Parts: sequence; structure tokens; C-alpha cells
Amino acid sequence: MNRSLRPLVATALIFAIAYALAVMQFPSMFSTRVLGNFLTDNAFLGIAAVGMTFVILSGGIDLSVGAVIGFTGVLVAVLISWAGVHPLLAFAIAIVVAGAFGAIMGLAIHYLQVPAFIVTLAGMFLARGGASVITRDSVPINHEFYAWISDLTIRLPGGGRLSIIGLTMVAIFIIGALVAHRTKFGSYVYALGGNPVSASLMGVPVARTTVAIYALSSVLAALSGIVFSLYTSAGYPLAAVGVELDAISAVVIGGTLLTGGYGFVLGTFIGVMLLGLVQTYIIFDGTLSSWWTKIVIGILLFLFIVLQRLIFVASAPGEKTSKA
Amino acid sequence: MTDGQYALEARGIVKIFGNHVALDKVDFGLRPGEVHALLGENGAGKSTLIKILTGAYQPTLGDVIVDGSPVTLNNPQHAQTHGIGTVYQEVNLLPNRSVAENLYLGHQPTWFGFVDRRKMERDARTVLARYGLNIDPSSELGAHSVAVQQIVAIARAVELSGKVLILDEPTASLDRNEVERLFDIIRDLKAQGLAVVFITHFLDQVFAIADRVTILRNGKLIDTKSLDNLTRTDVVRLMLGKDIAFSGATQLEENRPLGEVLLDFKGYGKKRSVMPFNLTIHKGEVVGVAGLLGSGRTEMARIMFGADSADEGTVSVAGKPTSISKPTDAIAHGFGFCPEDRKAEGIFGDLSVRENIVIALQGKLGWFSALTRDEQMEIAGRYGESMDIRAASLDMPIKLLSGGNQQKAILSRWLATDPTFLILDEPTRGIDVGAHAEIVRTINRLRDEGLALVVISSELDEVVAYSSRIVVMRDRELVAELNGENINPGVIVQAIANHKDGVQT
Repeated sequence: MNRSLRPLVATALIFAIAYALAVMQFPSMFSTRVLGNFLTDNAFLGIAAVGMTFVILSGGIDLSVGAVIGFTGVLVAVLISWAGVHPLLAFAIAIVVAGAFGAIMGLAIHYLQVPAFIVTLAGMFLARGGASVITRDSVPINHEFYAWISDLTIRLPGGGRLSIIGLTMVAIFIIGALVAHRTKFGSYVYALGGNPVSASLMGVPVARTTVAIYALSSVLAALSGIVFSLYTSAGYPLAAVGVELDAISAVVIGGTLLTGGYGFVLGTFIGVMLLGLVQTYIIFDGTLSSWWTKIVIGILLFLFIVLQRLIFVASAPGEKTSKA
Repeated sequence: MTDGQYALEARGIVKIFGNHVALDKVDFGLRPGEVHALLGENGAGKSTLIKILTGAYQPTLGDVIVDGSPVTLNNPQHAQTHGIGTVYQEVNLLPNRSVAENLYLGHQPTWFGFVDRRKMERDARTVLARYGLNIDPSSELGAHSVAVQQIVAIARAVELSGKVLILDEPTASLDRNEVERLFDIIRDLKAQGLAVVFITHFLDQVFAIADRVTILRNGKLIDTKSLDNLTRTDVVRLMLGKDIAFSGATQLEENRPLGEVLLDFKGYGKKRSVMPFNLTIHKGEVVGVAGLLGSGRTEMARIMFGADSADEGTVSVAGKPTSISKPTDAIAHGFGFCPEDRKAEGIFGDLSVRENIVIALQGKLGWFSALTRDEQMEIAGRYGESMDIRAASLDMPIKLLSGGNQQKAILSRWLATDPTFLILDEPTRGIDVGAHAEIVRTINRLRDEGLALVVISSELDEVVAYSSRIVVMRDRELVAELNGENINPGVIVQAIANHKDGVQT
């Protein structure tokens, strides 16, 4: 396990150093208020990134995440505002729809042997297109349930507030970590990412696992969409464009190997927090263009990919010689 | 022995792929507490038989019998429930997971749905101890040597099945000490009453560990024998199918004058691949390479062509020292190479016959002098005719051609580059008799035209028929060079089997 722990340690160190530097410059960044907002502002990204972690651990990729977030937002908003459905029922419908959507992508990936990249790219266009067909405009949500949830916060000493959506993200991360590291399903996910041929020879139910992984990713994307709609109190078909790429970045920065098989859910959490930190810093600074976020993310990603290469190439045990 | 005593038996197995008979009424019986070697050259049907015994294939005819009752094995997992476990040449485990998880994946002990890692690692430790492995079960499998991984794979197979263990070339990537360690484990398992099938290309290992041997050739059962009263030479003879009277050297080339020296390899070799060898090749000469599969024949061909680069020794072409570290170097010197695995390394299946023929010439000409379509047609047509490639059209995908015609197209590909030296690795494998004769004729014609050729083949009659000289490979080493009347199957078989039998070189 040592090898795969190293990127995680590196991420944690970089986060600690970056945070310390930021606090030295802006002491007010060290407060429960900022920390609380950290969780709230990045909740939707974090939840989607947990699903993405499973997908990437299994050696796949899911490009449909952002589109599913947008679609869910619109679906929920339309169900609540136009059809008068109770939000909780709307949430349930959205999650079931997304689960089926992800399962179908998983079926296509396994049975048609089409690369996940292509299948989820198609899924991305379908979901984004579907959302735009329902409505082209932003649909506001005015429901007392939304107002009630937004008010439901835990006050922290120092003026910070822990919102429900921030707590939801933390809970998802904890559950995700338990599933990934402590269940048979989790071990199958890693097995697929390690070597799918060996995995199937060792009796891993490859079809079932693949379908479950993509269904899980879509369900979490839908949950992320729900959180996003709570965050913005609206549904907009072009919301969360490119969030899948942020999620992939968070997963990779968090130390998960992009080719699968190695990584931790906790790493993704730190990855999300690191991305959030960069954004918060730029807001605090006030003079920097927000596009600097992208540049910093680009540098971080590049750094981590190089780091992983070094770690995994340097310590790879002697490769077998060519076949007899 | 009566049938009831077999732990696993195959009776009258026939397996047909398309119109190719891979196995023809093969019987195979495995007793508990024996190590049973399965031998045969490539294409003999070993792997097909193994796949049937492990449930990966279904036999066309015949029965698989476990403990006296016929069973249908749907897949390897299903075979596992009948007690049949398999370990493959390439370790089919997960290098990214812990040793313990590799032992128990799919069968992990759970506690309220969660994997009980502590119990799993404790169990793993006791299991591994039985195999003499004192490693941390929570460590990553990939951090251990291939030998340890192989032992873990065996432990997993035995733990999950426990009656029959099939080892498919388990020693291919192990060194001598590791092989010994593996053999100790196999002996232990045998003492515990496990039935072990052992597949290898190394005869030494067969004699070191196996009790009985079953030999397949061309899909047919040749014999199942106890190894006690067999010699190495007997086994090689059975494998290669030579009921050789030790006489009658084929006096083909007695006084043929040698051409000038074209190639001179001195101490040429590559670590872990081929021991250094010396070989001089003249113009207008066919050097046959004989040896069992895995003896280093193909590796030798590959480093001659630069497909693998040599790490010691020198080579000179027409008297000038040079270096051949990649195929483009070799092609620049006028080399050509028809590889053994035609489908994977030879043809571009989806490209047309024409494109397959001109591709090496185009590669030699470089990017900036593209052959026009007319030129391509002209070249392809010329060779299509002279080599008698039978294709409905030269523009059809080459994968639709028969093996013999594909081989002729690949030969044409190199002939189009006007080579001085051709390496043919098993040029006649898997092609029909007519095409076979034609390839042999072509080899003779090219030699008469002054080309130098190195031809690797397991067909001894064939090597003997066209070679001016024969080199014999054994255990990755060039062990003999045969000339004149020593060019006969009997001497070759002895040289392959054991140099101690006294082959004068």
C-alpha cells in the first residue's frame, strides 16, 4: 500500500503548506467561517468527485457528470415549480432517473465493449440536450422546503456555519471511503482498475460491477445536482458545464492514478479542498483574475501526473521478460 | 489403474474450430497425487485441452469426467467449484492489491457487509506459511517478485479448488532457484494428494518433477507414459514425431561452394533472452535453426533483426562492423524478417494485400517518395503472380486470405525490398500442404539467387531438406552447428535432447 499512499501524502502536504501560506498573507482565512464556506461552496463538486473516484479507480472515465448535474437541476426545478411535486419526491425521481441513465451507460461499456470515454461523451450530450429540451431558461425554485433547508445550519464557534449541503458532502465522502476500502464491491472496483482480465479470471462479476460503478457515478452526480439546486435555488440547463473536468482534476490531484487501480476517496476530498483553497485565495486577493484558478489547477494537475509517473515507474518491480 | 481412480479425466475429446480440428479424440487421465506433464509443440493442442479442462472452452465431442461422473464446465469459476484450479504463465492476479486480498478476492470474510480485513490477513498468513512464504499479507502484491506472485497464485488456486491444479508454463519467467522453490511446493502438494498438470517447454523440468507425461502432436494424442523408463531423446522424438532410423543423412549439398561472408555475429546476445552466440552467414546459404519452442530460436531471430537490441557482442555486414539496434537499421542493410506469429506481428489484417506487400518497400523509401497506386499495383501484381498468391483481388483485406497466402504475401513484402538476408521464423506453420511445398521451393530458389537465409522451423524434415547448415538451440543457447552428413533428424534430435549424448559439432 505504501506506493499508493505517497501521492496522498504529497497532496496533503501541499494542501497544508498552501493553506499555511495563504493564512500568513490573509490571517482571516484561518477561521471557521471560511472553513464552513469551503464545504458549502464545494459541496456539489465534492459529491460528484466521489462518484468520479470510483469510476477512475476502476480504470474508466465519466464525462457525463456535469451534464447530469445540469439535467437534474432542471428536472427538479421543473417538477417542483411547474408540476408542484414535493421536493423530496422530486429528488427521489431525479435519483432514480440518473441511476437508470448511469446503468445504461455501464451496460453499453461492458457489453458493447465501447470505451467509457465514448459512451459517457454520448451520455454528456444526451443529458445536456435533454435538459435544454425541457427548458432553455433558468427555472427558479420557490418552495418553503428549500428555504427551510437553507436556514438549517450548525453554528460553529467563531461565526462559521456548517450547512446541510456541506455536511451531506462530508457524509458522502465517509460513506464513499467505507464502500471503496471496506466492502467486496470496493475491492472489485480496484480489481477492475488493476487488471480486468485477471479480475474476471479471479471471479469478479465484471458486468455487475461495471454497471454499478456508472450507476453510482450518475446517482452521485444527481445528488450533486440537487445540492447545486439548493445552493442556487434554481435549475438551469447550462449549469455545471465542465464540472466533470473539475471532478477529474480533484480526483487526480487527490492521488488517484488516472489509469485506475490506485487511490483513496480521502485523497479526492483533499483534492477538492485544494481546488477550493485556490479559489478562496483568489477571492481574498481581489486583484487576480478568476482565470488564475484555471492556471493553478493546470499546474497542480501537471505536477501530480509527473509525480505519479515518477512514483510508479521508479518503484515498479522488475517487469517480466518477453514471452518464451 | 481403473478409470475410477482418475481425479480428472478427458475421454474422446474432439474440438473443432471452423473447419480446423484442434483436438482429435484425445484421452487424458489425471490421478490424484501425481504430477502429469503435458507436452507438445505450439499448435499441438495443449492449450485447447487445458481450456477444455478448465471450462474456458466446451468440447465438440467427448466428456470431461471429474471423480468418475461426467460434468459440463461452463467457465473457469465453475471448474473451480469442481475442484479444478489453474495458474497461468502470466500471473493473473492484481499487482495493485494486497497479498491477502489476492488470495481471497471474491471470497473475503465479511462482517455485516464489511470485509473483515484483520481476519483475512490472519488467514492469509497461515496459508502463506504453508507455502514457506513469510511475507506481510497486507503488502502490495506487485512489490514482490514474480516467483512470489506465482506462489500466491498457486496458493489461491489450491485454497479455492483443492483437487486438481493446472500449471500452465509456471516457470517461464522464473530463474533457477525460484524454479526449485516452486518444485518443492509442487512436491508438497503432490504429497497431499493433489493432482497436478504441468505444462512447460523445458524438458529438464519435466524430468525433474513429473511422474507421467502425455504428448500431443497436431491435435492428436501420441502417448501417455510413465517417465521412469523414458529418455530425453525418446520424449523429443515423440514430440517432433520422428521415428528416426539413425542413418541416411540427406546428401543434398555436399560440394556446394560457399559464397562470400555476408554476416558475422560474434558473441552476440542479450541478457535474459539469448546467450551470446557466434554465427557466420554466407551468401547463397540457408542456415536452419532447430530447437524446441522456448529454446531461444525466436529470440535469436529477433536480435539478428534488431527487433530486440543485443547488449553484447558485435556484428559485421559484408566485412564492415556495424550495429543493428532497431529494425530500421536492419532494413537499411537489406534484411527482412517474417515473424512467427503471423497474425499479431506479420500482417496488417485490415489492410489490403497490395498495401501489405508494398509497406516494407515504402518504409525503406521513406516518407517523401510515396509509391503511387499504379506503382503499388504493379509491384503487388508482380509478386502476386510470381509467388502465386491466390486472392480474389489484391485489394481485399489480407485477413481474409488463408494462412499460406498470407505467408506468401509477407515473403513478397520483403522480396520487394530486394533484400540480401531474410529471416523466416516458422514460415510453414499453420499452412496447408500445397502452400507448404511452395514456400520450401521459394526458399530454395532464393538461395540459388544468392540470398542468405535463416529459417527457423520445428519441422525437422523440412529444415533438413533446405538447410546448408543447421544450428541447434537449447535453453537459450546455441549448442551445436551441424554440417554435411550430420544434417539429419536423428542427430538434431539428439542435439536438442542432450548434448551429453555426444554430438560432434
